[in-house]
Amino acid sequence: MLNDEDRIYTNLYGWESFSLKNAQKRGDWDNTKAIVAKGRDWIIDEMKKSGLRGRGGAGFPTGLKWSFMPKESNGRPHYLVINADESEPGTCKDRDILRNEPHKLIEGALLAGFAMGAHAAYIYVRGEFYNESSELWSAIHEAYDAGLLGKNAAGSGWDFDVFVHRGGGAYICGEETALIESIEGKKGQPRNKPPFPAMAGLYSCPTTVNNVETIASVPTILRRGGAWFAGLGPNEKNAGTKLFCISGHVNQPCNVEEEMGIPLKELIEKHCGGVHGGWKNLLAVIPGGSSTPMIPKDICETVHMDFDSLREVGTALGTAGVIVMDKSTDVIQAICRLSQFYMHESCGQCTPCREGTGWVWRIMKRMVAGNATVEEIDQLFEVTKEIEGHTICALGDAAAWPVQGLIKHFRPEMEHRIMEYRKSAA
Amino acid sequence: MKKPFDLHADYQPESFAFSKAREKTVAEIIKRYPEGRQQSAVMPLLDLVQRQIAEEGAKANPPYGGWVPRAAMDHIAQILDMPPIKVYEVASFYSMYNLAPVGKYLIQCCTTTPCWLNGSAEIVNTCKSHLNIGMDETTKDGKFSLMEVECLGACVNAPMVQINDDYYEDLSPESMKEVLDLLAEDMNPQIGSQKGRKASMALSGPTTLKDRAKKAKVV
Ligand SMILES: Cc1cc2nc3c(=O)[nH]c(=O)nc-3n(C[C@H](O)[C@H](O)[C@H](O)COP(=O)(O)O)c2cc1C
Ligand code: SF4
Ligand code: FES
Repeated sequence: MLNDEDRIYTNLYGWESFSLKNAQKRGDWDNTKAIVAKGRDWIIDEMKKSGLRGRGGAGFPTGLKWSFMPKESNGRPHYLVINADESEPGTCKDRDILRNEPHKLIEGALLAGFAMGAHAAYIYVRGEFYNESSELWSAIHEAYDAGLLGKNAAGSGWDFDVFVHRGGGAYICGEETALIESIEGKKGQPRNKPPFPAMAGLYSCPTTVNNVETIASVPTILRRGGAWFAGLGPNEKNAGTKLFCISGHVNQPCNVEEEMGIPLKELIEKHCGGVHGGWKNLLAVIPGGSSTPMIPKDICETVHMDFDSLREVGTALGTAGVIVMDKSTDVIQAICRLSQFYMHESCGQCTPCREGTGWVWRIMKRMVAGNATVEEIDQLFEVTKEIEGHTICALGDAAAWPVQGLIKHFRPEMEHRIMEYRKSAA
Repeated sequence: MKKPFDLHADYQPESFAFSKAREKTVAEIIKRYPEGRQQSAVMPLLDLVQRQIAEEGAKANPPYGGWVPRAAMDHIAQILDMPPIKVYEVASFYSMYNLAPVGKYLIQCCTTTPCWLNGSAEIVNTCKSHLNIGMDETTKDGKFSLMEVECLGACVNAPMVQINDDYYEDLSPESMKEVLDLLAEDMNPQIGSQKGRKASMALSGPTTLKDRAKKAKVV
């Protein structure tokens, strides 16, 4: 278990005020200018050494991502965009940073912005988080009043502004190019890539989009050193601490910061008071937010919560939104509800996604009732394969994977449902 | 919910203007974006319209909640120098802009899988029977509208609903009814966890940072 000394988010639960005064007592904004003084290359290098991988779901190495930004500006401004759209079902960690640790995010924005040559950051907060974005704004105003933002931010010699942009209730705006479109005042529909945002992002300028947890972790990593962060977790590719959100059928659902690579069983037993009715009553777990394929109990028994361990068992760490289901769960309905979610959230640009998510949901509804044929299970699988990889953005994949996970691990359950339906119909 | 989007409906007012105080806010919002990029302000301005209408509606008899009339979209188009159709397009893309009148308290029930696993169906039924309305309906007195929404990003505090700007979490049918009864009297129910826990911490107490918890008098 992670030692308290190694936790980044000491005010995760809002025991203390989020205000600047309290944040400074917790170590935020401590001589920030000394970090800036070490220079861009040092910061990016230290981030690379830390092994931090993006916390928004895809896990792309953060230092490497920053290094894609042009070294020199050719007259166009650079932008840092922070993704606080947090809408992947099962995920609710960024909300805690916004409301309880906003100064970690704002200080991180300055450091990351400086490292990528940006003088402005936009924080895109999902519209429903109204109270959270109000608190974030007030923290930003505090930072301006204290000279930590604006001209010569924190005495660093670097000018830096931070703005909040609230979304309007669309999951797809979490996709980085849809998010950029949305800030530009358009419908949130993903762009074709290339060009990638580092070349042409917000207002066609070089842009990096990072998740809230990614950016908020930066100040502590730079203060304590990349080696400290890299020393946590099983190996340098799966390093550091991570915020986990554990929901569903556990006795004490909660968010918690833990070490990357913690065994799933330990996470659930130590922090969540175990599964409803005990571990033996576990059916399956969706380990990384709704898009990640579920894993049945026998895999949960031994799997570790990190990028590579979860990939090895055919799923992913994603956002680390852990959704626990006990044996009372209608697992077909649980996935069917996710199919409905993806259908609802498809932006409609690509035919395989727009049409496919509807197909999948309609077949899934029949699977829930059992009003289907066994061959249709294969057809359902085929449809998900038609969607996966054939769309502009990863929402198509995200819609396909949960259903594939269901078929892979619970096909007998689906067949049984069909037989039961036939029996009762006969 | 399929949004009604009827530019010619009889509930559409003739005109819309921002209040004096909000005109200042409009100018501040536009300044957040670079010169010539004022279109970026379209979402915050739609939200501002909805808030102004909600404020008016709260005092009206019968009351109503925040929504965005066509006249307001046309007004925004003018302010931001963009074609009205572009404003309509944005307004209808995002689920949070109500394009037709709603009740004073808009109840958005999350029913996505994590909330469903923890009893969101019961919460939905409680709302329906207690208010005597169905999904996408408004009570006769104009006070409550009910709708179903996707994950609101508070899954460890499931089941939960959002009412106007506030989240009500860790709900049971009983606490849901209490919240509704208080709102019916225009009183302020406790927002956040209805089981009294701090944010996303385990209800039984912290499993980490126990020294700090003691200092903060949480345990
Ligand atoms: C449909 C879809 C939704 C997404 N939603 C989010 C989100 O809510 N928050 C987030 O940080 N990343 C989200 N992402 C990932 C972003 O596109 C992007 O990879 C991420 O913000 C990069 O930040 P990171 O490198 O710090 O992880 C989403 C991606 C897709 C395809
Ligand atoms: S995959 Fe779906 S959500 Fe993504 S761009 Fe295509 S239609 Fe839109
Ligand atoms: S599923 Fe209801 S808040 Fe996430």
